[in-house]
Amino acid sequence: MTSEISNNGYLVGSNLERILRAGHFAVTAELGPPQSADGEIIRQKATLLKGYCDAVNITDNQTAIVRMSSIGAGAILVREGLEPVIQMTCRDRNRLAIQSDLLGAYALGMRNLLCLTGDHQTFGNHPTAKNVFDLDSVQLIEMVTDMRDEHVFQCGDAFKGPEPRFFIGAAAAPFADPIDFRPYRLAKKVKAGVNFIQTQLVYDIGAFEDYMEKVRQLGSHKQAYILAGVGPLKSPGMARYMKNSVPGILVPDELIERMTKAGKPWAGKSKDELTKEDKKARSAAWKDEGIKICIELIQQLQKIEGVAGVHIMAIEWEEAVKPIVEGAGLYPRPVVEKVVPVSEEATDG
Amino acid sequence: MIIAEQKPLEEIKSLVGEAHKVLVVGCGTCVTVCFAGGAREAAITSASLRMTSKLAGSPKEVSDVTVQRQCEWEYLDGIAEQVKEADLVLSLGCGIGVQAMVEHFPDAWVVPGLNTKFLGLPTEQGVWAERCAACGDCILGLTGGICPIARCSKSLLNGPCGGSEAGHCEISPEVPCAWQLIYDRLSSKGKLDVLLEIRSPKNWRASRDGGPRKIVREDLRLASEEE
Repeated sequence: MTSEISNNGYLVGSNLERILRAGHFAVTAELGPPQSADGEIIRQKATLLKGYCDAVNITDNQTAIVRMSSIGAGAILVREGLEPVIQMTCRDRNRLAIQSDLLGAYALGMRNLLCLTGDHQTFGNHPTAKNVFDLDSVQLIEMVTDMRDEHVFQCGDAFKGPEPRFFIGAAAAPFADPIDFRPYRLAKKVKAGVNFIQTQLVYDIGAFEDYMEKVRQLGSHKQAYILAGVGPLKSPGMARYMKNSVPGILVPDELIERMTKAGKPWAGKSKDELTKEDKKARSAAWKDEGIKICIELIQQLQKIEGVAGVHIMAIEWEEAVKPIVEGAGLYPRPVVEKVVPVSEEATDG
Repeated sequence: MIIAEQKPLEEIKSLVGEAHKVLVVGCGTCVTVCFAGGAREAAITSASLRMTSKLAGSPKEVSDVTVQRQCEWEYLDGIAEQVKEADLVLSLGCGIGVQAMVEHFPDAWVVPGLNTKFLGLPTEQGVWAERCAACGDCILGLTGGICPIARCSKSLLNGPCGGSEAGHCEISPEVPCAWQLIYDRLSSKGKLDVLLEIRSPKNWRASRDGGPRKIVREDLRLASEEE
């Protein structure tokens, strides 16, 4: 309770928490670090996102491919004036390494954390690696919640000094199997202490509405802020790939047809017949349609009770975030001051 | 039981190397049942080594013998003479069998002919699947008798993760999702409420992570001393 008061009633006081607490429809984006030690790439991508989102997720060796660490890239973002959401998977670190890295992340100014299980290493570029999975995502949420609220390490020992305080997030896969269990798994993460949820990509609004209805029945939307995952489609091929090959993503045929139609002026021509300019123009037409669809999805998601914001996943296409956020009428992003009104503070005190 | 499979002949040949008198030792227990290192496989391996060494122009003396259980010292006494005469022993036991031989016959040079794969069972003719990870702290009572430690690719205690699709694991359509199996089983028994409870981090010390394991049963030790 003491620390809550010292944070003006916020758990953490991160920008993301303040935006959500104020009742604004939040926007988070995603940044994939490079497969190199080039910090300049992070700075370049940061300029594309700055001002267009409330916080930026930094992936943690996404799809088990080695990249610059989430915390390393996050330190650069903090310096650039953006607020990172550190992604932390259970695949590569045991409970000692996770806690130690989080102490460092907090000391470097990071305030949001996304707790993930992590893709299996067989997907990535080190398939012969040993995996860890000492904890799972639910246990990770519990551990970091206890670090913040009970001021203890996972083993129960108290901190010798300030505890790391994170606004704690987790993922949800509304359409993965067994689909009936998914709202309950979300409720389990809420029970473990999660503050916000970012879902897997949503393209099928009807199916997501059904999911949210069950989430509301369990009351989870009142205990954690739910940000729906969205992402612009790049081409009809990408849409079909996600529909057929990525677990837990539903892409309605209607959207695939729209993407196909956008490339119609160039349809019926073989690969050899298309000039470089043709391909460029077709790609631009597809991307325009993808962004348009994404904006429409956001507008539909805003109407669903219990959806507190969107998480835009435009990996390796960070340029798309600006037109999406502007197009959805979510720009400029609101500013919520850290200091709460005096009257409210007095009541709290 | 312990499931093993034979190493490729080329690897076995390189392990045997220049040894002239070779004794192939099969085991009559698990590896016989999984057709990897029983009397039949010992005879075939022995014949293969004889044939290939003959073709290579330096014929080896290779014989074979199979003990009932290679992982217990008392079953090894009967082959002591044969082991003593051999330049090299090729064990077709599991990793435990190989080490039992090494410990019982410190003067012998013993090499493995099998790769010990896992603890499992045959699910159909010619197919074996993993069932137990010997984690030392059985939780089958909480999961409807389906082990997530051995059968979930991520050993999750609060599964399923987001990679479960149409009953299979994200790593391969050939691998069933253990948590889908657990969900279906608990559902069929009307016990889904078990899945709503959060399972705490596992004590991996009971598993290999706590270092090599050993069980000491004082009651049995005293009994044997009194005999």
